[in-house]
Amino acid sequence: MSEKTLTRMDLSEAVFREVGLSRNESAQLVETVLQYMSDALVDGEQVKISSFGTFSVREKTARIGRNPKTGEEVPIHPRRVLTFRPSHLMKERVAAGNRS
Amino acid sequence: MIRSELVQKIADENPHLYQRDVERIVSTFFDEIIAAMARGERVELRGFGAFSVKQRDARVGRNPRTGESVQVEEKHVPFFKTGKLLRDRLNDKA
Repeated sequence: MSEKTLTRMDLSEAVFREVGLSRNESAQLVETVLQYMSDALVDGEQVKISSFGTFSVREKTARIGRNPKTGEEVPIHPRRVLTFRPSHLMKERVAAGNRS
Repeated sequence: MIRSELVQKIADENPHLYQRDVERIVSTFFDEIIAAMARGERVELRGFGAFSVKQRDARVGRNPRTGESVQVEEKHVPFFKTGKLLRDRLNDKA
């Protein structure tokens, strides 16, 4: 598998190419997309992007965990975690693209 | 929040952009992530999270209805890991 990693820069470059705004504004808009998604999730909202996937926030209850190295018991506090469920389209494209 | 609401929010904040351009910006953002993963690449968005591709090895599965053994091919699946900042924000730590 390729080691390449895309970042915000690559996404804003793509927006720059596709839409023809300035590089600066393209970068700003990529940031805005991430910001709005994050804010909705922090508010406990589900973020559902058709043909991409769904981000949802789940509440986890407290439980007793264990340090696997020392065997020591540690309390794990109740917390909120984010889960991502990819769309069928994403699953199909990822499976097809990586088929050997 | 759904895709169209995200587009609307961005359009409202950027009155100088055409709605169809905002739609293209949002589509490009998500399409680019899928295209990268289809090439086997990672997409790392600091503070938000990282998308990557995980390999699931071939295995012998079972048809739950008939109990029959079936060969399941190796496959690649999308995976998302939440970024530290967002994880902290979800728990009021940032």
